[in-house]
Amino acid sequence: MASYLPPAQEVWWKEPVGKDEIVWILIAFTWCMVLFFMMPYWHLYGKQNLSNEAYQTTPAKYQEKVQAMVDKYKVREEAGLPVVAPPPGSDVYLLGRLWQWYPILELQKNKSYRLHLSSADWQHGFSLQPVNINVQVLPGYESVITTTPDRSGEYTIVCNEYCGLGHHTMLGKIHVKE
Amino acid sequence: MAQFRVCPSSGLYFHKSAESLMKANAVAAAVSLLIAGFLGVLVALTRWPAVHLLPADSYYMVLTVHGIGALIFWIIFFEIAILYFASSTLLRCRLATPRWAWLGFILMVIGAITTTVTVFKGGSSVMMTSYVPMPAQPTFYLGLILFAVGALIGVFVFFGTLVVAKDENTYQGSVSLVTFGAITAAIIAVFTIASGAIILIPTFLWSVGYIGHIDPLMYRIIWWGLGHSSQQINVAAHVAVWYLIAGVVFGARPMSEKVSRSAYLLYILFLQLASAHHILVDPGVSSEWKVFNTSYAMYLAVLASMIHGLTVPGSIEVAQRSKGYTKGMFEWLRKAPWDNPVFSGMFISLVGFGFLGGISGVVMGTEQINIIIHNTIYVPGHFHATVVIGTTMAWMALTYLLIPVLFRRQMIFPQVAKWQPYVFGLGMTIVSVFLMAAGTLGVARRHWDMGFAGSPLGFQYPGTAYVLMGIAGIGALLAAVGGAMYLIVTVGSLVFGKKLEQSAGFLQSFGKPLADAVYNVEHPEQVPMASRTVVEQHGSAGFHAPGTFALALVLLVSFVIYYFINWNYLAAVWPLR
Repeated sequence: MASYLPPAQEVWWKEPVGKDEIVWILIAFTWCMVLFFMMPYWHLYGKQNLSNEAYQTTPAKYQEKVQAMVDKYKVREEAGLPVVAPPPGSDVYLLGRLWQWYPILELQKNKSYRLHLSSADWQHGFSLQPVNINVQVLPGYESVITTTPDRSGEYTIVCNEYCGLGHHTMLGKIHVKE
Repeated sequence: MAQFRVCPSSGLYFHKSAESLMKANAVAAAVSLLIAGFLGVLVALTRWPAVHLLPADSYYMVLTVHGIGALIFWIIFFEIAILYFASSTLLRCRLATPRWAWLGFILMVIGAITTTVTVFKGGSSVMMTSYVPMPAQPTFYLGLILFAVGALIGVFVFFGTLVVAKDENTYQGSVSLVTFGAITAAIIAVFTIASGAIILIPTFLWSVGYIGHIDPLMYRIIWWGLGHSSQQINVAAHVAVWYLIAGVVFGARPMSEKVSRSAYLLYILFLQLASAHHILVDPGVSSEWKVFNTSYAMYLAVLASMIHGLTVPGSIEVAQRSKGYTKGMFEWLRKAPWDNPVFSGMFISLVGFGFLGGISGVVMGTEQINIIIHNTIYVPGHFHATVVIGTTMAWMALTYLLIPVLFRRQMIFPQVAKWQPYVFGLGMTIVSVFLMAAGTLGVARRHWDMGFAGSPLGFQYPGTAYVLMGIAGIGALLAAVGGAMYLIVTVGSLVFGKKLEQSAGFLQSFGKPLADAVYNVEHPEQVPMASRTVVEQHGSAGFHAPGTFALALVLLVSFVIYYFINWNYLAAVWPLR
């Protein structure tokens, strides 16, 4: 008389279904459709969507682009790292490597930037704090995210993909100016 | 010679070879849990900022073994035992090819030991995920491959046993719902293990220098076919265990076989797509792919889980009402045997899995919301609700059932067993909730020092984050007490519990059969058919489980509120496109 015995009706597909189950299935299915359509809806009307723009690259090629940007737009140094202030709307290249985010960026509030991300070695995690934006960074892949910092201040990039013993020292900075 | 015995208390039939294999796999599972659980305490004490127990290198080493031991070894050893139980015992038939089953078991043991020892020897602290191009020692991958091959053999012994049962007519019509659930788990297991082989064999060859390059994105997509799908085996299997316990403790029938089995079919078709949950913020994968896969097509596997969420407690309610607990909406639940750890463990597993694990999983698996959650400590918070409160507590509840029935020992310390699900469940709930809370403040997972000591650029998380991590640490200690209670009762009963049958000695708890005289059944009687379900008897008019329906609505309302709160959080971050 239990769940672990074969069903009384041999063809279980032909069984009747109770009303509570049918009502619940309809409610749950409706909710599942809401869950599903929220994602395309947000692509159309929401402001936070990751782009589909990504390229295959190599660490060497990507590092060249990063260095070219640093040479062009470097404004000062901070903690031994160059601080770079690229013009609004431009391509900004950020490199994750053992164990730092290179270089430090200085951006302007309410201006858009095309932020490129890639890794020179292992996988890293771009985790912008305290905003809490988290993106996976892979060696060999260059992703492009257009972002618009909408508050000024000092922001930190934590690495949140485990990358070896120095993982907990891997930080980066983004300054957002008025 | 007769190969079967019948358990006098439960009426279940055990085939000699199957029984030994179940015991061996269950004991290997308990040993894995002991190791993984102990290491889990060390992890928790290191992430508790005020304690910060281990140095960085041991922390990552211990975290790697904790993950693999708890998520793979403990769970899959136990699952193999469940598969043999759901086939040989529930269908009253002999186990197919027991020698192959032993070979599988031995491979699993060798594999588990190889990988564990490799990590502790150093140079392989790569986490359970072992993302390339960070390398581990070749024996790290080799151990996992051996374990997977062994598990695959176990799965095919299960399929073979189903064929034997059908062939020898040990039952009529369809298999029971519990066996149906086990079949679902086994099918998902084949997919899972195949994904593991497809990615780990080339990675092994890469680690010995035979292959030059493994693409990191390809690795992630295929590896998660192993890493996430292995947790879907758990879902299918622990739902089957919920149904089993509802049947054993309450004599519950499924409310409708059709609904519960259709929900399992949805699992088979859609559950594995969820490996996409880990790729939502990766480059090189399109939004269309992410939306389709992360939603299990269109949340059809979530629909299935929501159905089980109603039908499992619903079947208990119907059984209780038929016994006369009909007062009001909830007398059936109030009068349930709350001091029986088989029931209380199962019920906490059900509620915790649904409310904490299920809701948080769907929310964080939403393509865009994942941006504010990916790789934060919210993720371990979520899966400690699904895998620990959900799966592990279901396994624990089942062990209490199996000690007298399978091991033929009387349980020692029944008072400890009575409280164990509450202590462990409360501890893990604290861990889970507070890790999720700390994750919303951005605290990273798999991270040795949230103070970033030694970094040239400093950063301070908000003070609240430190408090939350501290409370999670206290929760972990409470859960450790609960885990120790479980191991004391189970291992203690296996060694010191009063023997309920003529014994073959000490080793009867560890795989050796009982005394020969106990096996006195040549051919078990055919499995009887279940009585008709409540709907078959009374028709589909009216609500048979109104209390459960009300509880399900509470779940839905919490779900809706929490889901939109998270969209609201997301809307506050920098615009991204």
